[in-house]
Amino acid sequence: MSHVNCPECAAEIVLEAGVEAGEIIVCPDCGVDLEIISLDPVEVNLAPIEEEDWGE
Amino acid sequence: MDKRLKIGVLYSRVRVEEKWIFAAMERRGLDYERLDDRRIYFDVENPGDWLQYDAILERSISYARGLYALRILSSWGIPTVNTFAVAEACGDKLATTTALSQHGVPQPRAFTAFTTEAALEAIEFLGYPVVLKPVVGSWGRLLAKINDRDAAEALLEHKSVLGSYQHSIFYIQEFIEKPGRDIRAFVVGDRTITAIYRKSPHWITNTARGAEGEICPLTPDLEEICAKAAQAMGGGVLAVDVIEHPERGFLVNEVNHTLEFHTAQPTSGVDIGDMIVDYVVSVAQNRA
Repeated sequence: MSHVNCPECAAEIVLEAGVEAGEIIVCPDCGVDLEIISLDPVEVNLAPIEEEDWGE
Repeated sequence: MDKRLKIGVLYSRVRVEEKWIFAAMERRGLDYERLDDRRIYFDVENPGDWLQYDAILERSISYARGLYALRILSSWGIPTVNTFAVAEACGDKLATTTALSQHGVPQPRAFTAFTTEAALEAIEFLGYPVVLKPVVGSWGRLLAKINDRDAAEALLEHKSVLGSYQHSIFYIQEFIEKPGRDIRAFVVGDRTITAIYRKSPHWITNTARGAEGEICPLTPDLEEICAKAAQAMGGGVLAVDVIEHPERGFLVNEVNHTLEFHTAQPTSGVDIGDMIVDYVVSVAQNRA
């Protein structure tokens, strides 16, 4: 089981099985969106903020 | 046969849809590559390594990035899902309305004006309430239901002063009283594969705004209008949003070219990701 610290609030986050690089997770403590940058080693960044042309 | 195909998937984020698509590709043993739209670049006159791809599935969250990437890939003759022309028509509401109109697809009445004065005149002509939409936008963002002239004047002024130039291309649509839901149907190639109701007490029935999914039966009428709408946009893999009008029947509200199906797939039980991959493979095989 992988752990990583939230770059916003430093909470320890346990990654669920099956997460992938590029996926967005939510910090359970502060609620910020985090992007998984890599899995080995586990690294997360604050996720990009939604832009005007985002969508489907 | 699939193994010799090389597929690219252009994406911004690995959403659950991308996970389902990647999983479907892996089940088939496809040779595919994940192309993060933040890390790629194009030498516009020299395709180079890009020519290795037999097809590229475009899944960018950013409309502009996806659109320009498709334009370049298209200029190099690399097959894409969807095509540049389809993305261009689907991503701009006015372009969508025009294409649907040219193909006789029933849709809500829409007006466009380029100044606040002309927009106000169009709104008054259409009659309240109306819906003002940005020509480029998604997830129900910046939609405004205007109930009277005071609101119309205020909103038009705000859009013209605070918004980018594109917000002064005023797209005005008649407001249709929906039965607490609309329909999202999924078209792959020439088949409407499944549909869901999106139910919400709010007039914006978008799952990104909290609407809930429920299975919607595929009737011949619904299949027909969705297939017709998809053809009008140029075909491919599309999500057609349909409103049920009490007198006029089905009306096509919009067509999406980088569809999200995180609600529809579990609701319908149809493996939409898998069917998208099937379609991409068929496009790639045509090139290989």
